[in-house]
Amino acid sequence: MPDAAIPHSASSPTASSRTLAPPSLWSRLKVNRDWLGAWFMLPAIAFLVLFLAYPLALGIAYSFTEARIGQDIWSAPWAGLDNYIWLMGDDQFLVAVFNTLFYTFVASVLKFAIGLYLAVLLNNHLPFRALIRAIVLVPFIVPTVLSAIAFWWIFDPQFSIVSWSLRQMGIISTNIDFLGDPWNARWSVIFANVWRGVPFIAITLLAGLQTVQPSLYEAATIDGASRWQMFRHITYPLLTPIIAVVMTFSVLFTFTDFQLIKVLTNGGPAGATELMATLSYNRAILGGQRIGEGAAISTAMIPFLLACILISWFGLQRRKWQQGEGND
Amino acid sequence: MTETANGGAAKPARKPLVDESEGMRYLERLPRKLVTVYLPLGIIMLVLIFPFYWMAITAVKPKSHLLDLDTHSPFYTLSPTIEHIRDLLFKTDYPLWLWNTMLVAVVATILALLASIFAAYAIVRIRYRGAQWVGGLIFLAYLVPPSILFIPLSTVIHEYGLFDTPFALILTYPTILIPFSTWLLMGYFKTIPFELEECALIDGASRWQILWKIVLPLAVPGLISAGIFCLTLCWNEFIYALTFINSTEHKTVPVAIVTALTDGDQYRWGSLMAGALVGSLPLVILYSFFVEHYVSAMTGAVKE
Repeated sequence: MPDAAIPHSASSPTASSRTLAPPSLWSRLKVNRDWLGAWFMLPAIAFLVLFLAYPLALGIAYSFTEARIGQDIWSAPWAGLDNYIWLMGDDQFLVAVFNTLFYTFVASVLKFAIGLYLAVLLNNHLPFRALIRAIVLVPFIVPTVLSAIAFWWIFDPQFSIVSWSLRQMGIISTNIDFLGDPWNARWSVIFANVWRGVPFIAITLLAGLQTVQPSLYEAATIDGASRWQMFRHITYPLLTPIIAVVMTFSVLFTFTDFQLIKVLTNGGPAGATELMATLSYNRAILGGQRIGEGAAISTAMIPFLLACILISWFGLQRRKWQQGEGND
Repeated sequence: MTETANGGAAKPARKPLVDESEGMRYLERLPRKLVTVYLPLGIIMLVLIFPFYWMAITAVKPKSHLLDLDTHSPFYTLSPTIEHIRDLLFKTDYPLWLWNTMLVAVVATILALLASIFAAYAIVRIRYRGAQWVGGLIFLAYLVPPSILFIPLSTVIHEYGLFDTPFALILTYPTILIPFSTWLLMGYFKTIPFELEECALIDGASRWQILWKIVLPLAVPGLISAGIFCLTLCWNEFIYALTFINSTEHKTVPVAIVTALTDGDQYRWGSLMAGALVGSLPLVILYSFFVEHYVSAMTGAVKE
């Protein structure tokens, strides 16, 4: 805006400012921080708005309609809160919520405990350390669906290698029906999920452990601290920020897990392992194609996710404040 | 932090390692370490590696040994066969699925990397008004899981006319990749000394030239980390590929194995495991060359 005033106020250098005026818009766009920033951000923002923010808002909008597949949001009949009210009385949905919470809670606790333990083990002085770390990461590298298929074979009701080994050792007499019994199926998918998630947690926590100064442990040893005390009062407090971030990711991705369940049990037996994500797929894409209802199930996951993010966010903030760190 | 950038070291995100002096290690005697460290570590590693081993060994077992656990030890085979892998490659569309997966993964990764390079550079170095906020929002985008997006996204894909084409995946995968790689690259760009850019600015370089000729060559390790991680994520993706692709010839490996290979044949395990093995091998090979980059990608994004 101020540029427009220049030719009027400054009369003598008018000619020179005139000659400068035409390129000024373009050159300003190239030099001005905000415009330059906007140009640089354009590709990323375009992707994220078109295929992330817009669908996210659209999903919430769809959850208030009775849309079928192929119907756009404007032509779909408005349903108000009907989808949610209907879901509240839907036993399948309530079981799925329970399953999701149970699956997330148990798997996350186990992943954290085993991951932290493994990280502490790996932090020892070990021979072939690089090789060991590479092997530990294998479950994380192998695509989830493909390892889920391997687990499907391992959990086979007739030819399970686990059942066979236990039978050979004389521990059981008949094969375990891993995926056919509701609780067996729940524990089996949790096991597969923990197997898949432990490497990520262990390796990231290991990176955190390596930054802890050994002199702290030396001082604690001189003060007569036990191993547990050293862990509790040195390792754990120093690791808290990284634990908070890692566990947030872990909980989020466990809560919204889809592929493992889809491949291993497809929600069965009788909905015992149905999670909210798989249920929304079944309702919206497969039978009935009720986009509105599926979107309502997806939208119902958002409060849980937000709660999880907020808890870790505020946990992290308090931690930073206690350690007297700035906000970067 | 700064000294790592000019050497082009592989892991600027990591703090310098602790000294390799003996420290308190002399306090640990071998028998004690055997029980407290090696034994549990061995058990955990055995469990972690076993499903992969079992997948590999099943893929090369002859059909007669597959379901007969009692006459031949199931844990190894003395007569490995490539029967399953041959069937897979020549009697099914597997090579096509593999090609689809690779095409989608590579193109999506390139798109995502380009977008992330610009975004990360702008947030870290151009520092326009609100850059901090945009950075935070991009991080939040990382926390939006595909499982709550796929339903509305499927209608969006229909709307744009992309349904059942590779573009449905090529254009949606970057939304998973961009938030992650932007954060990773932001961390790398921060380690590049500001003075280098100031020199270039004084010499009359534009931002564009600075980015391509100074910043990117120094951030190559970061680009490799981000690229490998993005490839892995694309290869891994399942729910979008399952929802947006309908015809068999456009499917990616994970979806195709689950939907097209699982027929009723009781000997299907051989070809299923071969499919899983061949589908994982490219990633495992890639990973074995770049472990360090991979680890720094994993830890770098979390440490920010």
